[in-house]
Amino acid sequence: MSYDNELYQQVILDHNRNPKNFREIKNATHHCHGINPLCGDDMTVYMEVDSEQGVIRDISFVGTGCAISKASSSMMTAYLKGRSLEESRVIFDEFHKMVLGELDPEKQEHHLGKLKLFRGIRDYPSRTKCASLAWHTMIGALDKKTEEISTE
Amino acid sequence: MPDSNTGLATKSALDIEKVRQDFPVLSQTVHGKPLVYLDNAATTHKPQCVIERVREFDAEQYGTVRRGSYKMSEQATLLYEEARQKVADFVGAPDRKEIVFTSGTTQAINLVAYSYGRKFVNAGDEIIISNIEHHANIVPWQVLCEEKGARLRVIPVNDDGELIMEEYEKLLNEKTRLVAVNHISNALGTINPVKEIIRKGHDAGAKVLIDGAQSSPHMKIDVKDLDCDFYTFSGHKMYAPSGIGGVYGKMDLWESMGPYVTGGDMILQVTLEKTTYAKPPARFEAGTPPITQVIGLGTAIDYITEIGLDNIFEYEMSLLDYATRLLGEIDGLRIIGNAREKASIISFVLDVAHPHDVSSMLDQDGIAVRGGHHCAQPTMIRFGVPATTRASMAFYNKYEELDALAESIRKVIKLFS
Repeated sequence: MSYDNELYQQVILDHNRNPKNFREIKNATHHCHGINPLCGDDMTVYMEVDSEQGVIRDISFVGTGCAISKASSSMMTAYLKGRSLEESRVIFDEFHKMVLGELDPEKQEHHLGKLKLFRGIRDYPSRTKCASLAWHTMIGALDKKTEEISTE
Repeated sequence: MPDSNTGLATKSALDIEKVRQDFPVLSQTVHGKPLVYLDNAATTHKPQCVIERVREFDAEQYGTVRRGSYKMSEQATLLYEEARQKVADFVGAPDRKEIVFTSGTTQAINLVAYSYGRKFVNAGDEIIISNIEHHANIVPWQVLCEEKGARLRVIPVNDDGELIMEEYEKLLNEKTRLVAVNHISNALGTINPVKEIIRKGHDAGAKVLIDGAQSSPHMKIDVKDLDCDFYTFSGHKMYAPSGIGGVYGKMDLWESMGPYVTGGDMILQVTLEKTTYAKPPARFEAGTPPITQVIGLGTAIDYITEIGLDNIFEYEMSLLDYATRLLGEIDGLRIIGNAREKASIISFVLDVAHPHDVSSMLDQDGIAVRGGHHCAQPTMIRFGVPATTRASMAFYNKYEELDALAESIRKVIKLFS
């Protein structure tokens, strides 16, 4: 393939084809609906949070979107499951900064692990919201936002 | 070339290579590939004559209009009104004063919704739109209906994206004040039977607005023959600068309407107690207008008139036929909108890739198409898709570019499968 950009790497294509945690959580303690009005991406993030321990026991998503948004959601859920709420907020902040080009995972300290493969998104400003929708929605769920989360 | 099979290229009265030389942007490369620009329903590029005329006007002839009593202003006013005459001739308006300049179609429809709608639409009245409108021809009417306690009614479409005319007839009644439909759907390409829509609307006693944003660049318009009450258009979709467009309206309607935006230049006389308004079109053009853009619009009209809208339409139809056949041969691709009467717009979805991924991938091959809902979400909902990829063609496109489009789509399918 001649597409040698960072946007559609094999990992992203794989997660798009077979997304992880693509399901509803019955009796979720937290959930939130997020939309990207620019392109119509629409998803709901479900979480089962152990509030005593401050840990995400389970996290999942359902919805429609492009490969970037689906892969980002899939990888987010896989990465955050079992993590503390505190850690998760730090990772959200770092991820958000990375896709906006404000944090370079090659040069700065971070806790993003393999999520750093979304670094290339910063070169495609029209697509950053595809990558960050799931993350904003996850934070909306944690904050118990009852209104829809929008990337706009 | 496939041209030799179809004979399409030889039939055209246009010399496409010569036409393409008129558009400097078309010789650009994107990501190292020749630009294939297929987003003409969103906005079009400018021919050298428009670029040059705008530069020349700003450099040598610019001045305020309808104000100064010095040479520069008088000359600019003359040229500004000349451009209005060109627009009037272009759409077949009997009187240039029936053309009001706006920033584009969106503002044009808002002007009618505000000035005509707020005066003549009352509680219990009805406004009819269609299921395949651009948001610019939905939201102003929704807001008006909400404010006035009027009812918005919608003409449904069949699975090919054609308006169901029997249903339209059923919607019309003595409460119908206004019918507002597009001439061509920006999302599907459907050419609506506007003459029939207008006649039936009039029979029911309603006024009819035609959103001509997509039709004015591609087919000959004759507002007199159509007998529409309002016809709106955007300059940037017809090879003119952005920020200029307008609306044709019948003079008796303009005269019955109050202003939309108020301020300078739309008045007859102002005292601190009371203001009387200028006659149309000035009544609806408050403030200093986009003068240079109007001049550019006039030149764009000269350009497409010289090429000939009949030639343009005929050639674009052959591009549409060619693209429809090429894309139709691709497994896993579904065209959304298969109206019998269609303009050179193809919306499609792929089984394996989302429209945003498709447009990002095609961009890597230098191909500019639009992925999204095209500001027509009710159309997307009707066809059960969140978005589509849309290739919209203009007379400067060529068959080879459509070959490149098809090839690039096949690459996307292969990568995403």
